[in-house]
Amino acid sequence: MHESADEPRALLQAQSLCFARNDEAIFGPLDFSLHAGETVLIEGDNGSGKTTLLKVLSGLLDPTSGDVLLHGAPLTLAKLSHQVALLGHLPGLKLELSALENLRFATGMGGIRPGITPHLALASVGLEGYEDAPLRTLSAGQRKRVALARLLLVPAALWLLDEPYANLDRSGIDLVNRLLDHHARRGGAALITSHGAYAFTSGTPRRIALRATA
Amino acid sequence: MKPGSTSAACLALLRRDLTLVWRRRGDALNPLLFAIIVVALFPFALGPETTVLARVAAGTIFVAVLLAMLLSLDALFRSDLEDGSLEQLVVSPHPLALLLGCKIFIHWLTTALPLIIIAPLLAQLLQLPPQVLPVLLTALALATPLLSLIGAVCVALTVGMRRSGMLLTLLVLPLIVPALIFGAGACNAAQDGFAHAAPLLWLAAWLVLSIIVAPLAAAAALKISLS
Repeated sequence: MHESADEPRALLQAQSLCFARNDEAIFGPLDFSLHAGETVLIEGDNGSGKTTLLKVLSGLLDPTSGDVLLHGAPLTLAKLSHQVALLGHLPGLKLELSALENLRFATGMGGIRPGITPHLALASVGLEGYEDAPLRTLSAGQRKRVALARLLLVPAALWLLDEPYANLDRSGIDLVNRLLDHHARRGGAALITSHGAYAFTSGTPRRIALRATA
Repeated sequence: MKPGSTSAACLALLRRDLTLVWRRRGDALNPLLFAIIVVALFPFALGPETTVLARVAAGTIFVAVLLAMLLSLDALFRSDLEDGSLEQLVVSPHPLALLLGCKIFIHWLTTALPLIIIAPLLAQLLQLPPQVLPVLLTALALATPLLSLIGAVCVALTVGMRRSGMLLTLLVLPLIVPALIFGAGACNAAQDGFAHAAPLLWLAAWLVLSIIVAPLAAAAALKISLS
C-alpha cells in the first residue's frame, strides 16, 4: 500500500502510524493512503483500535509516533481547512434541540456545501416531516440519520465514520451505502470502521485490517 | 458572515448553548434559588439585629454566590462530553480555546448574571448599608467571571472522570479563595469607610489575566481529558 512518487497526492496518508496508551501498543505501525473517490473499510475485532485510529486521524488524539498527512501537509495545520468530518460512536447531537436546529449549528461550525440546505439534507436521509421534532422524541436510528445529514451538509472531503451502520435498519444501511457512493463520485473519500463488512452491498471496498495487539 | 468562519462558529455555539439553557431553564434556576435560600436563612440563624447582619452581609452574599456558581460548574462540559458534542468541538477547524471561551461566557451569562441581578435583593435581606451596594456589585461583576474561567479549567481537567464533583470542588475552592478575600475585603473596607479601590483593581487585573490564559489552559486540559 506504499505509494510511489508519481502517484497523485493522497487525500490522507498515514506514515508508520503508531498509537500506544500507557506504553501499551493499541495499533501500528500502519502505512496507508487514501485517495479521492476511495472508500476504505477498517476491519478488526473489538478492542483492535479501530475507534482509536479514527480519533488519531481526526486529530482528537496525537499519535505516539508516525505522521498523518492531509493533502501532504501535517494534520495539525490541515485541520484548519474544513477537510475532515468525524462521525463517532456518539453522534454529537443535542437531544433538546430539533433536527433542524442541530444541523444549523453544524453548518455554523463547519460551513455548508454549496447547493444544499438543512431541509434538503434531512429529506435525503428520509427524515422529511421531522424537522422540528426534538431529537429526544426520535429513535436511535433516526438520530443516526440526522448525524448522516450533517455529513451531507458540511463541506468536508474526508469522512471518518465510526460504525456508521450501527442502529440502522436495512433501508438505513442502504442509505449509508448510497451516501458513501455519492461522496466517492463527488471526489470525496471515506474511512469507515466496522467489525464486519456484512453491510456493504455495492462492490468490495479496500480494507485495512487491525489486530488486537494486547 | 460566511457559514463555517470562526465568527459564525462562535455565534452558532453561543446561540445553541443559550437555546439549551432556555430549554433546561428549570436547571438554570437552581443556583439562583440556592443563593436566595442561603442568604434568607442567615437572619433566622443570627437574629434580626441590623448591626450584626450588616457586618456579615457582604461576605455572606459573596460566599452564597460563589457556592451557587460552583453547583452549576460541574455541568459545564458534562452533557457535551456525554453526547459527543465535545469531540465535534475539538475536531472543528476553529481554535478550541475560543470556542471554550464562548461556552464559559454563556456559563457566566446564565448563572452569574442572574445572581448579580438579584444581589441588591440579597443585600436588602441582610441590611447591607446602601453605600456599599455599588462596591458589592462591582466586586461580584469582577469575581464571578473569574470563577467561571478558573472553574472551566478545573472542569476540563476532571470531565473525563466519573463522579468528579468532589474533586472539582477541592480543585476550585483554593483557587477562588483569593477572589473571595479581595471581593469581600473591598466591601468590608467600603463599609468601614476605607479606600476600597486596590482590592477591586487586583480582581480586575486577575480577571484580565484569566480571560487570556484560562481558555487556553482549558483547551489544553480538555485535550488531555479526552485522550
